Amino acid sequence: MSTLAIDKAGPTRKLGSMSRDRAWALRWSYFFLVLFAIFFLTPPVYMLITSLKSSAEISAATNPWWVFHPTLSNYVELLTSNQFLRFFWNSSIISIVVVIVTMLISIPAAFALARMKFWGSATLATGVFLTYLIPDSLLFIPLFKMLAVIQDFTGIALLNRWYVLVFIYPTLTVPFCTWIMIGYFASIPKELDEAAIIDGASWLQTLLRIFIPVALPGLIAATIFAFTVSWAQFLYPLVFTTSIDQLVLPVGITTTLIKGDVFNWGQIMTGALLGAAPPLIIYAFLMDYYIAGLTAGATKG
Amino acid sequence: MADVVVEQNRRVSSARSRKGGSLRNMLGRKSTVAFFLTLPLILLIALLVLYPAFYSLYLATLNKAMTKFVGLGNFTFLFKRETFWMVVKQSCIFAITAVVFKALIGFVVAHFVHNIPGKKQRKWRGMLLVPWVIPPAMSTLAWLWLFDPSYSAFNYTLSFFGVGPIPWLGDTFWARFSVILVNVWYGAPFFLIMYLAALKSVPDQLYEAAAIDGANWWQKMWYVTLPMMRNIIAITTLFSLIVTFANFDIVRILTSGGPLDTTHLFATWAFQVGIQSSDIPLGACVSLFMVPILAVAAVFILRDVSKRGNEA
Repeated sequence: MSTLAIDKAGPTRKLGSMSRDRAWALRWSYFFLVLFAIFFLTPPVYMLITSLKSSAEISAATNPWWVFHPTLSNYVELLTSNQFLRFFWNSSIISIVVVIVTMLISIPAAFALARMKFWGSATLATGVFLTYLIPDSLLFIPLFKMLAVIQDFTGIALLNRWYVLVFIYPTLTVPFCTWIMIGYFASIPKELDEAAIIDGASWLQTLLRIFIPVALPGLIAATIFAFTVSWAQFLYPLVFTTSIDQLVLPVGITTTLIKGDVFNWGQIMTGALLGAAPPLIIYAFLMDYYIAGLTAGATKG
Repeated sequence: MADVVVEQNRRVSSARSRKGGSLRNMLGRKSTVAFFLTLPLILLIALLVLYPAFYSLYLATLNKAMTKFVGLGNFTFLFKRETFWMVVKQSCIFAITAVVFKALIGFVVAHFVHNIPGKKQRKWRGMLLVPWVIPPAMSTLAWLWLFDPSYSAFNYTLSFFGVGPIPWLGDTFWARFSVILVNVWYGAPFFLIMYLAALKSVPDQLYEAAAIDGANWWQKMWYVTLPMMRNIIAITTLFSLIVTFANFDIVRILTSGGPLDTTHLFATWAFQVGIQSSDIPLGACVSLFMVPILAVAAVFILRDVSKRGNEA
């Protein structure tokens, strides 16, 4: 990724020294980039500013863009409240399990679809892609009803249980992860696995010893994607869970911290910031994989 | 017993391993293996995506108590309601406006990022992609606070310019403006990253050739950049259209459809009707109206994807 970017700098610099237009183009680029950066970063920065304020300072009509008396009381209050920790725990455990389930389903499937041409494999690959295009807002009502029906028939409580989400989220993560893993697996030279098969490796060994290590960047991208999607999901948990101890972070913050018409903005913003933190931290360290994963679907066939 | 089995296996395999027989054996095994490898995927899609999708069709034909088949009764009922047509209108306004602005901003910003020296690109790209990484439910809360009528930052800042206070979420026009603005803010980085990837894949030689032929900036853009990016622009736009059309989080948190249901999208209205008012069949019916538009977009995307698959 970075080598590609550095290559691009070559002609820019060469031309820049030649013409003054080029230098001006660069200045204008920076000017507009700063404007857009302000637009893109205002909400998260404002979250941070508000999270450091006391309620008294928020309701005082002072400059909202500045913190006059920074305090960590919002953080202390949230991080010591059992409720908030419960939401955080639910979100974490669900996201981690969903990532594992997604990988267990999509890696073998992508391997089969990329390498073993079998009856209906092309149709299935297309089907996987189509599934990726079916939004959660189309399926939440029938899924809700299905869970209710199963609950009535078997007596197993499914509604209002966080673990049900572990079965539902893979419908959002598996199609995309399978799709990008197909792309990564397909880019591995055929000679590599043919040699392995000739040497007597089984399909499973080929997958574990050759495909997974070679396609590791794709695997990381898919993992990040699966985690981010499960962490951010709002509609399914909003519909399927109601008791406070079953809620995940996004739903928990929006439903418990907003009490009637009283908005405790300091705490809401702190909660939102803490809720945004895990994906942001992962992104800060693994940005290149994340971006590679995002663009993989479009730039690879 | 076990010995015999092992013996037999060995004899079979040793007899066949030298010649073409083992290949056929392997092929026979291959489809079985492939079947088991894809089975979880097939089950997941069949049970949790396809089945619910068809179940939704069935649900839409029941009465509210789900005891009686009413055929297309729910659909005709919806057609007679003013709110329904408002939702149709708003969904189209929302999706089209938001996607156009996302695409424009993404395209422009991608060019600016592409313009600056390589080493700095990474930093800017990282910064500009942040809205896409934050869970939308979380960032929409920040917007909700920014839009707050009395204490918020926007109206405070605008007051210095003698403007406002603007009832961001209380007035139909501004509420529609706000939900679109937030959606553009959230989605533009996705376009930016896709377009940036596309820009990087345009070979420099093409620009050099164009420059030698005396092409100006505009001609380079029209005859080199756009044709090379056409596929990605099409796919990204269509994909975003689907996602934007089916959006839930932003509208739900920002306005819950208000004021007077004027900002409802299909998803949020289906939630209100189906879950909050517990009229599941009608809710299913509402969300089914997304299908035709999703299907059209999906057909176009699929055509593009398979076309590229053939080229590769």
